Amino acid sequence: MADLSKNDEAVAAAVEAPVGRGEPILQVRNLKKHFPLTQGIVFKKQVGAVKAVDGVSFDLYQGETLGIVGESGCGKSTVAKLLMNLESATAGEVFYKGQDITKLSGRALKAVRRNIQMVFQDPYTSLNPRMTVGDIIGEPFDIHPEVAPKGDRRRKVQELLDVVGLNPEYINRYPHQFSGGQRQRIGIARGLALNPEIIICDEPVSALDVSVQAQVINLMGKLQDEFNLSYLFIAHDLSIGRHISDRVGVMYLGKMAEIGTDEQIYEHPTHPYTQALLSAVPVPDPEARAHRERIILTGDVPSPANPPSGCSFRTRCWKAQEKCSQETPLLAIPQRFDGLDTPAAHLSACHFAEEKQVVPVH
Amino acid sequence: MTIIDNTATVPSPRDGADHTGPLLEVRDLHVEFHTRDGVAKAVNGVNYSVNAGETLAVLGESGSGKSVTAQAIMGILDMPPGKIPQGEILFRGQDMLKMAEEERRKIRGRKIAMIFQDALSSLNPVLSVGYQLGEMFRVHQGLSKKDATVKAVELMDKVKIPAAKARVSDYPHQFSGGMRQRIMIAMALALEPDLIIADEPTTALDVTVQAQVMDLLAELQQEYNMGLILITHDLGVVADVADKIAVMYAGRIVEQAPVHELYKRPAHPYTKGLLESIPRLDQKGQELYAIKGLPPNLLRVPTGCAFNPRCPKADDICRTEIPALVPVTEQDGADLPGRTSACHFWKETIHG
Repeated sequence: MADLSKNDEAVAAAVEAPVGRGEPILQVRNLKKHFPLTQGIVFKKQVGAVKAVDGVSFDLYQGETLGIVGESGCGKSTVAKLLMNLESATAGEVFYKGQDITKLSGRALKAVRRNIQMVFQDPYTSLNPRMTVGDIIGEPFDIHPEVAPKGDRRRKVQELLDVVGLNPEYINRYPHQFSGGQRQRIGIARGLALNPEIIICDEPVSALDVSVQAQVINLMGKLQDEFNLSYLFIAHDLSIGRHISDRVGVMYLGKMAEIGTDEQIYEHPTHPYTQALLSAVPVPDPEARAHRERIILTGDVPSPANPPSGCSFRTRCWKAQEKCSQETPLLAIPQRFDGLDTPAAHLSACHFAEEKQVVPVH
Repeated sequence: MTIIDNTATVPSPRDGADHTGPLLEVRDLHVEFHTRDGVAKAVNGVNYSVNAGETLAVLGESGSGKSVTAQAIMGILDMPPGKIPQGEILFRGQDMLKMAEEERRKIRGRKIAMIFQDALSSLNPVLSVGYQLGEMFRVHQGLSKKDATVKAVELMDKVKIPAAKARVSDYPHQFSGGMRQRIMIAMALALEPDLIIADEPTTALDVTVQAQVMDLLAELQQEYNMGLILITHDLGVVADVADKIAVMYAGRIVEQAPVHELYKRPAHPYTKGLLESIPRLDQKGQELYAIKGLPPNLLRVPTGCAFNPRCPKADDICRTEIPALVPVTEQDGADLPGRTSACHFWKETIHG
């Protein structure tokens, strides 16, 4: 036992060590989450699995925003839960400062969790209606008392309210007294309470009105500079994904289809799914509708319980050939672009990757 | 997989054959809700019109009264607590608010149909989709169960649901979100209405499916020469499909314009702010323009112009006088057909 706690301390010490700007702070390697499908009531037997996340790898660098975009059911929210250790991974590793957090427990895990916080999608259901704002934002201090000594908490909570642009006098109010945008600010304040290094944002603005969305997005940008945060920003809205992200990963059916800088993904996409997704986004410019090429995909996303063989996108892809059903394409720089100095040379999981401009250029 | 060249599919407004004047005209409509905390004025004098074959987009945030107006047109407003103290809703020149309930029922579904936002909660989970689609024919046209089912299959084919015949006896939960929305569209189309009101038809859908559904809607609209009122908060969707736009704020129309005009030169600070505050796919900016403050509480709408506490141009007159919806003109006074703005400073906003 003594040995174990010593190990915990070593992890805790490693977690405290600062990471330089631009170095990877979170490394995800071949992460998988399969939810079992069972049959029978007494004698349960597994008849299959929903492959929600099926081998995802990426790095999150210190101080950057990595956007993860994709349609519903592609596994982006499950990735968030795995990174928070709210779900345990079926396979794969998540390295936070070199420590594999999927294998941690006890004190070491607690130390890691302090540094990775989450902001949820729905500001209406993610705040307890029976707790005051002060209790909601201050709750993390009960779990990690070392961050704020007891007598100091009220002042700390008021500071946090001020940071997210709410009146510090609102500390005794209840969530129902606030609008959607204000509630999301409360959720952000709660995420900031423990001075984390990484914030995982699961669609933080998709439930808000357009005019309020911009306020919250600007606030998040400001906080990132002020507290030197790294964001993992999950979005289904590609425009918001582009606005806030330094790098973007596109997910489809539990796998990463394409990942690169925002310019590489939005202006030089090479994966057909990314191209279709981008071309389907309505652009708020009626002039563009005349000379815009739209790729309309047929059908729906296949079930992750029974994904197609080979490339999972082949059932909806217009380029699909024999090879696509046999060989699973790897996430790599496509051969034809390898070694070339072009923005198209970024990771893309397609056998027939080629560049195609789909977003109108100004 | 089809690649659609959009030049060919832009819907052009066409006039109806058998009547003159607009298909539907809303005049000075007021709707209020009597609640324990007071009277919430959800709609305060809305005017708009739609012609056959035309798409009017009603744009606004939550609480702007865009859905309540639609519900008043359909006659599905809960009354009480809702109340229509004033206004007219003219369908082919007849005021529907003065009609007997029996008469309105004949129009509802047959002449004006509605597509709701959330297809899962709008469909009855314990009845098969075929039964629900067939209900339109059984109730309105007195068809037998068997004939109604045949019609239902035809409709499902029409909205491009694959294997319609096999799926007609499936239940709503067995369909995906996009397919459910297609069923909603099929139900609205069943009796080939003259006007369809679509209340945020694609908000709950993914972008690739959203594009499919909007295309389908535009195609069917052209085929039947229907009028379409599209209620949405998404400026992107509006730009793709609308002919003209009415922007609503706190129960009033603050600006009306043909679609190209509105995006090029907004004549109301609210519209301008909205256009500047959305992140763009084709641009990467540093900071977004944000309209400060919050949409007003309808129990306590600010005096004067409802937008004045959030408006960068607000002056004394804005706090005391409600601006009327006035025609917008060019700098030299030339007419701009179809353009109106409810702002004391529209001249500065559009030309400044």
